[in-house]
Amino acid sequence: MCSLCGMLGGRGHWTETATNAETFQGRAESHTWHRERQDRARLVNKVLKYYGMSLNDWAATSFVLRSHTGQNSIVSNLTEMWAAAESLIHRECDPLDEDLLSALAEDGVGR
Amino acid sequence: MTEYAALIPVNVITGFLGSGKTTLLQKLLASPQLRDTAVLVNEFGEVGLDHHLLENVAEGTLLLDNGCLCCALRGDLQESLRDLFSRRERGEIPRFQRVVIETSGLADPVPIAYTVLAEPVIQHHFRLGNIVTTIDAVNGRGQLDRNSESVKQAAVADRLILTKTDLASAGQVNALRMELRRLNVGAVLIDSGTDDLDPERLLTDDTYDEVSRAREVDRWLLDEGLNSGISEHKHGSHAHDEIYSFCVKYDVPLDWTAFGVWMTMLLNRHGDKVLRIKGLLNVEGVATPVLINGVQHIVHPPTHLERWPDTDRRSRIIFIVRGLSQHRIEASLSAFNMLANPVSLAGVPVKDTAQPALGASLSRP
Repeated sequence: MCSLCGMLGGRGHWTETATNAETFQGRAESHTWHRERQDRARLVNKVLKYYGMSLNDWAATSFVLRSHTGQNSIVSNLTEMWAAAESLIHRECDPLDEDLLSALAEDGVGR
Repeated sequence: MTEYAALIPVNVITGFLGSGKTTLLQKLLASPQLRDTAVLVNEFGEVGLDHHLLENVAEGTLLLDNGCLCCALRGDLQESLRDLFSRRERGEIPRFQRVVIETSGLADPVPIAYTVLAEPVIQHHFRLGNIVTTIDAVNGRGQLDRNSESVKQAAVADRLILTKTDLASAGQVNALRMELRRLNVGAVLIDSGTDDLDPERLLTDDTYDEVSRAREVDRWLLDEGLNSGISEHKHGSHAHDEIYSFCVKYDVPLDWTAFGVWMTMLLNRHGDKVLRIKGLLNVEGVATPVLINGVQHIVHPPTHLERWPDTDRRSRIIFIVRGLSQHRIEASLSAFNMLANPVSLAGVPVKDTAQPALGASLSRP
């Protein structure tokens, strides 16, 4: 919270189109706020699968990140999620990792 | 006006010792356009500044718990900006409309940017404006070779101001220009000896100012760096910790959700090596170009242009990185964008998306 003006919370995460509606005008018709959250979880899960983790929307307010050992963490946006993911599995989640990219390509073709 | 655009812009003027920061600031402050500007300086130099809102800031850095150096808050600046805003609101000082911070010659501008973008109180009232870096044309090349601070100051800049060009040979100036382009392909390069140093061009035009946004993007696109081919690099030819820049051009529309997943993952793992990103994106389902702008781990809220500036509809993203491979970044972006638009082995989209991407490909400048 801003202690000078009493404003609660931040501005929303930069990836969320709802917090930047003016920038993404037109897209809102095909991507409702709810659909965007579902899409985000669906796409993230394609990546998290490689690390043995999964993400679920929780009451449309947060996301629950789960590791294959049953550990979980509640996160509110993607930035928090990647930090939590590395912390849960004690491993780097690197989008430049060629093995990850190969796994994504195999998953993405013909499915 | 959007909420973000209504915040008070904070410009940073940085540059190595003796590169002419204060002289530049002195010229800029003489302009009536900057009459409502508060100035924070790290040290009072030999060049006097006559300004009604001039504050001295002692340098000091607070490290956050996560210990990441690039996410260090400048504790001095945190206090100064909070105090400045508080006094403005209480009516003790004039209602300034802009803040200019002049750093010391050895300062790393990234913690300053981070403080403005991420400090819990400050981010509600201020936003980051252009980072302006002065480089001495006579000594600049040597300073870039010897001082990591100097390299970082040039790499994160939105404006690179060559000073003392009248004292340097044409060969010196050209060599320096080439080196600066290699370091930072996205900055506007200005010769203080021959070019106008007007406040609009240097400080007030940016992609968050609704009036000047289109003009600013035109500068990116017309700038020699993006079109000269200097951004082309042989893959794998960069040293492990070398800072350099490149422009990724992407042919098919980007899925915004996939882009967000990719960029947040990239910045989580490599934010300390991604000094700046700036981009004009063609986002699937959005008719107008989306602008992104980031400093290390922090990305500004995206904004947009009212119309495409030219007939080129490719996404163009400038990266200024330390040691990361351009080829790997391109391959990774492509792989993540394909997640949203998977294709079958026959190249036929398998998901009913509004605008499927067929064979996403990257193109070279």
